[in-house]
Amino acid sequence: MTDTQIIAPVPAKAETPFAQFRAEFFESKIAVGALITLGIVVVLALLAPWITPQNPYDLAQVDVMDARLPPGEEAFSGYTMWLGSDGSGRDLFSAILYGLRISLAVGVASGVIALFIGTFVGLFAAYVGGRVETLIMRFVDLQLSFPASLVALMLVALLGKGVDKIILALVVSQWAYYARTVRATALVERHKEYVEAAICLGLSKARIMFRHILPNCLGPLIVVGTVQVASAISLEATLSFLGVGLPQTQPSLGVLIANGFEYMLSGRYWISVFPGLALLLTVVSINLVGDHLRDVLNPRMKK
Amino acid sequence: MTVFIIRRLMQALVVVFLMSIIVFFGVNVIGDPVAMLISPDADQAEMEAAIRRLGLDRPIHEQYFAFIKGAATGDFGRSFIFGEPALKLILSHMPATLELAFTALFLAVAIGIPLGLYAGLYPDSPISKGIMAGSILGFSLPTFWVGLMMIMLFAVHLQWLPATGRGDTGTFLWFETSLVTRDGLSHIMLPALNLALLKISLAIRLTRAGVREAMGQDYVKFARAKGLSPRRVILVHVMKNILIPVVTVMGLELGSLIGFSVVTETIFAWPGMGKLLIDAILQLDRPIVVAYLMIIVLFFVLINMIVDILYSILDPRVRLQEQGA
Repeated sequence: MTDTQIIAPVPAKAETPFAQFRAEFFESKIAVGALITLGIVVVLALLAPWITPQNPYDLAQVDVMDARLPPGEEAFSGYTMWLGSDGSGRDLFSAILYGLRISLAVGVASGVIALFIGTFVGLFAAYVGGRVETLIMRFVDLQLSFPASLVALMLVALLGKGVDKIILALVVSQWAYYARTVRATALVERHKEYVEAAICLGLSKARIMFRHILPNCLGPLIVVGTVQVASAISLEATLSFLGVGLPQTQPSLGVLIANGFEYMLSGRYWISVFPGLALLLTVVSINLVGDHLRDVLNPRMKK
Repeated sequence: MTVFIIRRLMQALVVVFLMSIIVFFGVNVIGDPVAMLISPDADQAEMEAAIRRLGLDRPIHEQYFAFIKGAATGDFGRSFIFGEPALKLILSHMPATLELAFTALFLAVAIGIPLGLYAGLYPDSPISKGIMAGSILGFSLPTFWVGLMMIMLFAVHLQWLPATGRGDTGTFLWFETSLVTRDGLSHIMLPALNLALLKISLAIRLTRAGVREAMGQDYVKFARAKGLSPRRVILVHVMKNILIPVVTVMGLELGSLIGFSVVTETIFAWPGMGKLLIDAILQLDRPIVVAYLMIIVLFFVLINMIVDILYSILDPRVRLQEQGA
């Protein structure tokens, strides 16, 4: 994302490529901070059922008497609601952690599926070449001429609500980015010496593609992948906020923010603001990590 | 040149045709056309009558041709909620959206280019670093969230600007627009700024990259060697070369602004096409959804085509390359 060329001093010879990569990655304090933040967010989301004071979707644990409490107020049942409560008396801290689980799961699931489909199609295009490749890439270019958010919105408009439909919409709106990245990288790799060597050894074309070229496309793929997962999370939140994404039964961060929106004009800011901050923290930290990964993994940036 | 334009037109037609198939099959094959096209309040007899009237008992390719025939004559059916032709409803909401999109585009250029110019000229100054950090935030923050924060700060807390609606409109030339009344202007400020944020970041980045590249070029060195003032070198020589690509890209973003306005319009209750779409989706008003999708596809294809043609006029290399291929 940033095009600032920070020419990092080359670290002392590390033994393995991974060690070298790790050393370079840890040079940026911002990226490390973002990675730690992201780690905390993920761990909190994973541990949500064990560390939250209540299960916000167990009706027995939610008391309507606690509705719309401002942050720091003590709930009827004794514990302090540090982030306040929402319109039906749920502890917002608990609701946010549960929401994070859904947001992260949907974002990561659609990111991974899109990654697999896009990688396969991109490699296949580079592998077969000729007219089929032209046709596939024309289609990819065509799709990329529409913004991903619009494609996803069109799909949910046609498909309707639901977790599976949102994931489908996100996958369809994002696979083309992976396909383009993989194909572009594969075309460059195809003319390198190690591929020539593999061809001379008489290896099959498919084996060369998947065993030799694919591993060398991983760098750009990881970079695109992190950015796309962040945008998938943000897109899901947007769709859910608009009311055309996840249903109320799957309260992701976007749904929480939408629910708080009606209270916003009356000054009860916390019901929307805190889920929004959690979303922000997640998306921005993924983007910062991705941004730095690009600098580290991009050979052109190195001197 | 004519050949080039004709070829582009053919491509655009193919794209619109493909998209009509996708939208048609989206409604009729993936979804349940009875549930989508017939009002959910209809009883059994009405439903069967509607199935016959809509031709849902006919083979799928005949249905598609009927759809295309309707679409070509601007007939997408009537809205379930308003009882008016879907296309007419969308067209009546279009001026509000276009007004918002163009205002946002103007803001993006008017704010983004000067900031990008500064960041490109003084890349190491703290202000430039602040500008660049701001543009990263502009890219990462979800639009709807920023919109909420703007409402909270400017409308609820400071009470400077209204948060919802379009305000008073006046007539300018043939259009009803908010841009000519004081009240309308105060209403368009927040939504337009919200919609523009992403594009401001984009304009900053494009301008900055362009300036940094141009400053090292020979023509800049030559202009300096001639003894021109730095102001003249930057404002005349550098800007002239940067503005064409930046403005082209920003123009290309007009389509995405119209698409993104769905989010902004919903937050700020701006009565445009985007809000109409979201309301239609929520109320299962399918004729409007289908008509909106086809119109937005047409919009995108048109914008892409116009930009391509303009490009080939501005840069003959594009045209020659196409003809060689």
